[in-house]
Amino acid sequence: MIEIKDLHKSYKMGSNSLHVLKGINFNVEEGELVAIMGSSGSGKSTLLNILGMLDVLDEGSYTLDGVPIVNLNETKAAQYRNKFLGFIFQSFNLINYKSAMENVALPLYYQRVGRKERQEKALQYLEQVGLKEWANHLPSELSGGQKQRVAIARALAAEPKVLMADEPTGALDSKTSYEVMDLIQKINDAGNTILVVTHEPDIADMCKRIVHLKDGIIVEDKKVDQVRASQYV
Amino acid sequence: MFSRDTWKEIFETIQKNKLRTFLSGFTVAIGIFIFVVLFGFGNGLTNTFAKFFGDDATNIFFIFPGRTSVPYSGYKAGRQIEFDNSDLEDIEKNFAMFVDYVSPRITRGGLVKYKNESNNYSNRAVAPSHQYNEKTIMMKGRYINNQDVNNRTKYAVIGRLVERDLFKGKEAVGKYIDIGGSSFKVIGVFQDDGGDREERMIYIPYTTRQHIEKNTDKIDQIVLGFKPQIGYSGAMSLENSLEKYIKSKKFINPNDENGIFIRNVADQLKQNQQLARVLQIIVSFVAFGTIIAGIIGISNIMIFVVKERTKELGIRKALGATPKSVISTILLESIFITTISGFIGMILGTVLLNTMGDTLEDYFITDPYIDTGIAIFSTILLIICGALAGYVPARKAAKIKPIVALRDE
Repeated sequence: MIEIKDLHKSYKMGSNSLHVLKGINFNVEEGELVAIMGSSGSGKSTLLNILGMLDVLDEGSYTLDGVPIVNLNETKAAQYRNKFLGFIFQSFNLINYKSAMENVALPLYYQRVGRKERQEKALQYLEQVGLKEWANHLPSELSGGQKQRVAIARALAAEPKVLMADEPTGALDSKTSYEVMDLIQKINDAGNTILVVTHEPDIADMCKRIVHLKDGIIVEDKKVDQVRASQYV
Repeated sequence: MFSRDTWKEIFETIQKNKLRTFLSGFTVAIGIFIFVVLFGFGNGLTNTFAKFFGDDATNIFFIFPGRTSVPYSGYKAGRQIEFDNSDLEDIEKNFAMFVDYVSPRITRGGLVKYKNESNNYSNRAVAPSHQYNEKTIMMKGRYINNQDVNNRTKYAVIGRLVERDLFKGKEAVGKYIDIGGSSFKVIGVFQDDGGDREERMIYIPYTTRQHIEKNTDKIDQIVLGFKPQIGYSGAMSLENSLEKYIKSKKFINPNDENGIFIRNVADQLKQNQQLARVLQIIVSFVAFGTIIAGIIGISNIMIFVVKERTKELGIRKALGATPKSVISTILLESIFITTISGFIGMILGTVLLNTMGDTLEDYFITDPYIDTGIAIFSTILLIICGALAGYVPARKAAKIKPIVALRDE
């Protein structure tokens, strides 16, 4: 699903350049649930941004579902993001003046799906995250966990190839974190490929594979026995 | 770009961000409203000017005798020049090509009596053609005619206010009034747009006045109406040759500036029109400033709107919005709001101007109006400028990497 070869990325800071990623080789198969771990500054967010086509790589190659991601202009990148990727953010990033259902329907709007179908699908995904009754509520009327579940429903709505979650539990207490991880695991069980960036070991343990980044290189890449979050809920 | 879905999305955004919608709409509406009203006032000012100076005919010279200041062909300086009836005939004969009519004017004042009512009024002794240069409008009866002049009849044409004051609303035509001791029959009542002073005037045949004053043939001043076809430059050269002719006839040094005076209404009119035009330019300038202020206002709001929406736009981009769709979302929304509110402001301003009419006449503003074309043009200008002003920050927002827009929390 994801193939990365010899990826380099550096940022220019005035006259210095900061070499953030120093040759990453990394593959993700379909249906995997991968945790990317590392301390701050290890390059994990940069890696996720490049994978998410929110940032461009300097050197190396990136292939997503057989499509080489190279020389994308903004429009193309936006289309690919819409088609291939679903994002889950630490701070939820829901549009605050749109109801839960409208938020979930937004990626479909950019896929030019008709209004009726959009609403039906949005409701269906809200049901999947257990928030059907909250469809007409604004984000301000929802709890943190509920917001993140709406965001997950939104990421699912576009039926992406890969879900990318950047610290999805970073703003939640541990009980809610486990609920969200439970949901992520269930989505993964249904066959979706998911990447989770986190620095919390217990969250990482709930994935099937952990990739450790340190100073821009992968220092450890291991399969783990998944800890089911449902037992904590 | 113009699909129903796009508009639905825009309407929803507008509905759910009422304060933002109100602010940008209000700025545009008030800007256009003030522009329309100011511009209308400018036109009202010009109207007032036209009314002030448009009362009399404009193809007129007034010729006054003066006192010489230079000795010439045997005459001493300080000689009083006088006009008489022969001057009228000579001018009419020699300048027949250019002259429409010539009328003398002898102005006197004095007590006018009817029964127990009396008052002081000016009277002008004139020829029939004087009616044209004052644009005297007859309400009833008739003006002085050539027969009156030939027969030296004691007929008088009185102003509307003379009739009102002396006759107290009763019929004046056919009655006799006492002007300076002589009895005159009222043959007509007139009105004049020149104001109350003109409507307190009495006209009598000039020959009658000369007969009363010891059968003289002297004239105070000559009013000359030239043919309008000769135009402004024709009028100026006619003035020159007229001056030369009269000076040679009256033995006045050609360089003597005090022998006679010619007041050229065409020249004055031109100056007045220039003044009115300057006023219009000043008002237009102020109105234009208002438009500029409106443009700056809408630009500021657009920048604010885009700034406020940066995060939302970042989210939309992460969800697959292309830069084009980000720009068009912002622009269509702003154009929609500015168009609606711009035309509301324009219509309100126009309605205000139309209902005002002459209520502000005391402030020199008569019938203010604005050309629909100018009003629509400036509204569209404001809309376009608002869109352009929105485009720059919108493009910037569309270029921001979603990750940057989403970063700060």
